[in-house]
Amino acid sequence: MSVLIFAELDEGALKKSSLEAIYYGSKVAALTGTSATAIVLGEGKADELAKAGRFGATKVLHASDAQLNEGNAMAYASVVAEAANQEGADVIVLAKSSLADSMAARLAGKLKAGLAANVIELPDVSSGFRVKRSIFTGKAFAFTELTAEKKILAIKKNTITPEETEATATVEAFKPALNDTDFAVKVTNVEKASGDILLPEADLVVSAGRGLKGPENWGIVEDLAKALHAATACSKPVSDLDWRPHHEHVGQTGIKISPNLYMACGISGAIQHLAGVNSSKVIVVINKDPEAPFFKSADYGIVGDVFEVLPRLTKAVQEL
Amino acid sequence: MKILVCVTSVPDTITKITLTDNNTKLNKAGVQFITGPYDDYALSRAVELKEQLGGTVTVLNVGESDADPVIRKCLAIGADDAIRVNAEPTDAYFVAEQIAAIAKENSYDLILMGRESIDYNGGQVHGIVGEMLGLPSISPVMKLAIDGSTAKITREIEGGHEELEAGLPLVLGCQEPIAEWKIPNMRGIMSARTKPLKVVEPTGKDTLTHIANYELPPARGACKMIPASEAETLIKLLRTEAKVI
Ligand SMILES: Cc1cc2nc3c(=O)[nH]c(=O)nc-3n(C[C@H](O)[C@H](O)[C@H](O)COP(=O)(O)OP(=O)(O)OC[C@H]3O[C@@H](n4cnc5c(N)ncnc54)[C@H](O)[C@@H]3O)c2cc1C
Repeated sequence: MSVLIFAELDEGALKKSSLEAIYYGSKVAALTGTSATAIVLGEGKADELAKAGRFGATKVLHASDAQLNEGNAMAYASVVAEAANQEGADVIVLAKSSLADSMAARLAGKLKAGLAANVIELPDVSSGFRVKRSIFTGKAFAFTELTAEKKILAIKKNTITPEETEATATVEAFKPALNDTDFAVKVTNVEKASGDILLPEADLVVSAGRGLKGPENWGIVEDLAKALHAATACSKPVSDLDWRPHHEHVGQTGIKISPNLYMACGISGAIQHLAGVNSSKVIVVINKDPEAPFFKSADYGIVGDVFEVLPRLTKAVQEL
Repeated sequence: MKILVCVTSVPDTITKITLTDNNTKLNKAGVQFITGPYDDYALSRAVELKEQLGGTVTVLNVGESDADPVIRKCLAIGADDAIRVNAEPTDAYFVAEQIAAIAKENSYDLILMGRESIDYNGGQVHGIVGEMLGLPSISPVMKLAIDGSTAKITREIEGGHEELEAGLPLVLGCQEPIAEWKIPNMRGIMSARTKPLKVVEPTGKDTLTHIANYELPPARGACKMIPASEAETLIKLLRTEAKVI
């Protein structure tokens, strides 16, 4: 028996969220008296694979087939299922992402596994196997028993703070059987902002709403984000109006994030918006209306005009 | 084009969640139920495709009779008929089993649903249904066009999107901006009353997860207000007090 962690590569490097998943998986392994194995798909650098060891994996299975370089949920699910069977893994851990979520759903079907999404703590294994997960987009939590033999845990960002050690992992080549039916969906084009900090992975997020008045004013938001090395986000009307790309839209019907810092500029704080961001560690609200509901859910607030406040904050960050 | 749209009946997005029975149940008193917003996008696109290409749209809900108003609204928006599997939707695997059973009886070209339900946020039903039927599943889909027997799809990824092509049939988890939410008109509401809503009993009862109890998030402490004239103080506090930058 072992705990298997699905670790994702992004341009050859292990994603930060995957390092968190590996560390989490190693803790689950410790709780259940077994070891943690990471599975990595696609071509990756040797030092990146070794990193899995420093975050708690004792073994890395590397399926380096170039056909797996492109994130393909169906093929990935088949490979991870094969690895889980080979390793006798009853618990599979992954960090939520657009690829991992789709992969996990297929995997749950293949293994007839109980899947808990948005897990936010280590499981309680004192009797049975119980996890705490976020539901209603963070408005509540559910303590969920996973009763099937196979269990999949999709963890939310900031569930655990990983600690890096000097430990090493053995890296084994893994040669899964690939079948054509898993490649039935053809990718014809990919458009991805490069170099930017990806929103779901970001520790710091600067977000703006309709209070910015128009897309031409986003410079002050981007400047602050850049100074902080933060990702940018926006409210739903902003992406509906095409002021910002859709993948920046956070909230109940958008991306759900849990960064260390969420700064909301010119956003009123509608319940649907809050739902997507309320598990952020620290929330800052800048709004010219002292009655804006967002202040009730914030840790720090400034009643003021974003057009004056944001440039001053940027300057203060630059002078740190 | 034969389209199946799977919908959930969920508490309105403005609902404040409260608990009862010693925190083992969600309190449904006074809660307004709506069609899952993501499912609503799926349904709207399905109705648009039907108007464009002809065919039928069937709505499917796994739920108890309290979901009927939501199903009738889907019919009012433009679905032709509806099926309700009469069971409490206890977990994703169980719901997927019901959908797969209905899909096996009636071969659909497209099985659409929301990317996730906004109550339990599992986001797994489309993938499990895809596995059970041996069909590709794609989520979250932001654009869908049909060209003969091929679907052209835009899927959201972190920091952007990818364009995909796949042959029908397919299972898709949908989100905005695949279509604009449709609002039922008077004619739709009238005709929905007489459209068929078939109630069937569930098959199988595999549940792999079970919720023991619930908890509400702790309230945040008081908000520390900083005068706009001293905005720079915020940055200092974020470094020295909150220690996040
Ligand atoms: C089913 C459903 C799902 C939804 N899902 C989401 C979701 O996922 N995410 C989401 O964000 N919304 C969602 N919404 C919409 C939500 O209800 C709000 O309408 C939306 O969040 C408001 O966006 P906003 O705060 O940018 O705009 P507004 O509500 O218009 O607020 C603008 C704010 O800017 C302030 N402001 C204006 N000028 C300035 C200035 N110069 N300086 C400082 N402050 C200023 C104003 O005081 C105001 O508070 C959903 C709605 C529904 C019905």
